[in-house]
Amino acid sequence: MSMWKRFSSNIGAMVGVLLLLTVIFIAIFAPLLFSHDPWQMVQRPFLAPFTMQALPLGTDTLGRDVAAQLAYGARVSLLVGLVSTLVALLIGVPLGALAGFYGGYVDEGAMRFTEFFQTIPNFALAIVLVAIFEPTLASITLAIAIVSWPPVARLVRAEVMSVRKREFVDAATLAGLSKPRILVRQVLPNTVSPIIVMASLMVATAILLESSLSFLGLGDPNAMSWGYMIGAARTVIRSSWWLSFFPGIAIVITVLALNLIGEGLNDALNPHLSRKGKA
Amino acid sequence: MTALIATLSRVVKAAATLLAIAVLNFFLLHAAPGDPAVVLAGEAGAADEQMIEQLRERFGLDQPFYVQLGKYVGGIVQGDLGYSFRQGAPVIDLIAERLPATLLLTLTAFVISLSCGIALGVAAAARVGKVSDSLLTTLALLFYATPLYWLALMAVLVFSVWLGWLPGFGYETVGSAYSGFARALDILKHLILPALTLGLFFMAVYMRMTRASMLEVSTADFVKTAKAKGLSGPVIRRRHILRNAILPVVTLAGLQAGQLVGGAVLTETVFAWPGIGRLMFESLAARDYNTILGVFLVSAAMVILFNIVTDIVYRIVDPRIGARS
Repeated sequence: MSMWKRFSSNIGAMVGVLLLLTVIFIAIFAPLLFSHDPWQMVQRPFLAPFTMQALPLGTDTLGRDVAAQLAYGARVSLLVGLVSTLVALLIGVPLGALAGFYGGYVDEGAMRFTEFFQTIPNFALAIVLVAIFEPTLASITLAIAIVSWPPVARLVRAEVMSVRKREFVDAATLAGLSKPRILVRQVLPNTVSPIIVMASLMVATAILLESSLSFLGLGDPNAMSWGYMIGAARTVIRSSWWLSFFPGIAIVITVLALNLIGEGLNDALNPHLSRKGKA
Repeated sequence: MTALIATLSRVVKAAATLLAIAVLNFFLLHAAPGDPAVVLAGEAGAADEQMIEQLRERFGLDQPFYVQLGKYVGGIVQGDLGYSFRQGAPVIDLIAERLPATLLLTLTAFVISLSCGIALGVAAAARVGKVSDSLLTTLALLFYATPLYWLALMAVLVFSVWLGWLPGFGYETVGSAYSGFARALDILKHLILPALTLGLFFMAVYMRMTRASMLEVSTADFVKTAKAKGLSGPVIRRRHILRNAILPVVTLAGLQAGQLVGGAVLTETVFAWPGIGRLMFESLAARDYNTILGVFLVSAAMVILFNIVTDIVYRIVDPRIGARS
């Protein structure tokens, strides 16, 4: 069975794709779906949900449209999740590949460095980084990337170590290819599938991290985000539960969708493992 | 003897890691935008010109870089984490005062999540493919996707605001004159919601891991042998499968300790739990960098401690590890 067939026959993964596509659609077309921007006061504050058709999810403490805020918040979550994962891959993949391919001192040094970053509590480090470099979308993205790359490096190292012992690598060496060329053209392409699985799960974790930072007040002050919405509504939870409830649901749906897709990809790309798991 | 050497090498490694974090803290302070002396004083205390002059002198900000680094790291080694001008007290005192509450919270959450996670994982694996298994795995998947702080808020809303069963705020009843057992009971009541909401996410992680690991081990040959001997299902699960399946879970639990300590910042913020996480949150708005970095260092130390504890647990669970090294 082809990879795509296996993936599309996985109900959980398909549900995940559907949910994620919906979130992406809302994020892209937010300005078309809502005529006002998320910072704009449109009604009296604390309007309960489902009371006005034009404002289905009610208004927040300053009379801003909660539904519009959710739609614009999707942009920040997806953008930060995606870009920070890409940056983490840019750090983790080369480091892990060099460590696994060259071994010896390179491996020793790279792994000590990775271990150090793995020991540091990653959320605490993200807080410190964003607090010191001022909260902007760029600093938040970079901080999340800096705390997320170590597992990538370890995974790539382990994969490269096992692939480089295979026969086609010996064949490439005999054919006279240089070491760096073998690493990039022969070894790395064979490690892509576990990296893809890990990356899809990392986007989910990054979204959770971003929302947690915003919740603590470390969000970009110019970008509406789900975590900020919950943080701002925290003190009025007794009177206006919906202000914290809806953004939380949005986060759960998005993260769940990405986790489902990640698991589906894992089953589709590593059929041996998945069969073992279900035995 | 080998265990002693292993423990000793762990302690040396822990000290080296903490030293490296101290150096990292120094560079972070200097990387922050603005005059390091002003940064050290924090936004609140920045008005006092004399104080800033004193700081400049104390850290020798006019001296070469490596001298400054030596002074800063030397101070940390002696337990000097700087002074919080916002709170008007040495950072180390602030942390020492609040550390017990954080230790109580994180340790309780750790024990709950690990024991319940393993138990539920075993239960799910035993019923693989049945409705109860699907229900458990779906629930775990859901908790895995739920932000900690949001779950905490919703727990406050339901169990404290709507049902009124448990207090959703603080460490103990303010103004109560409880002592002894009554006080312990009061603290326990306050502990339930924070510890459960902090633990649920990790419980989901450990449950998924235990389930997968149990299923993998259950295909091994020695399990077939045990079945052929006529042993009952529960006995095989407990004595043959679980003992082998639990190892990767304990390893993961040690690695996850850092996330538990980080999660405490969120939980303590929601529940006004007077621990170091709450201290960090309060310091964020005040830009009290000394306190933020102090909490960061201490939380890293806690992670290292958790790791050493799981290492000891590991040796108890699998005696081969001590014998091998």
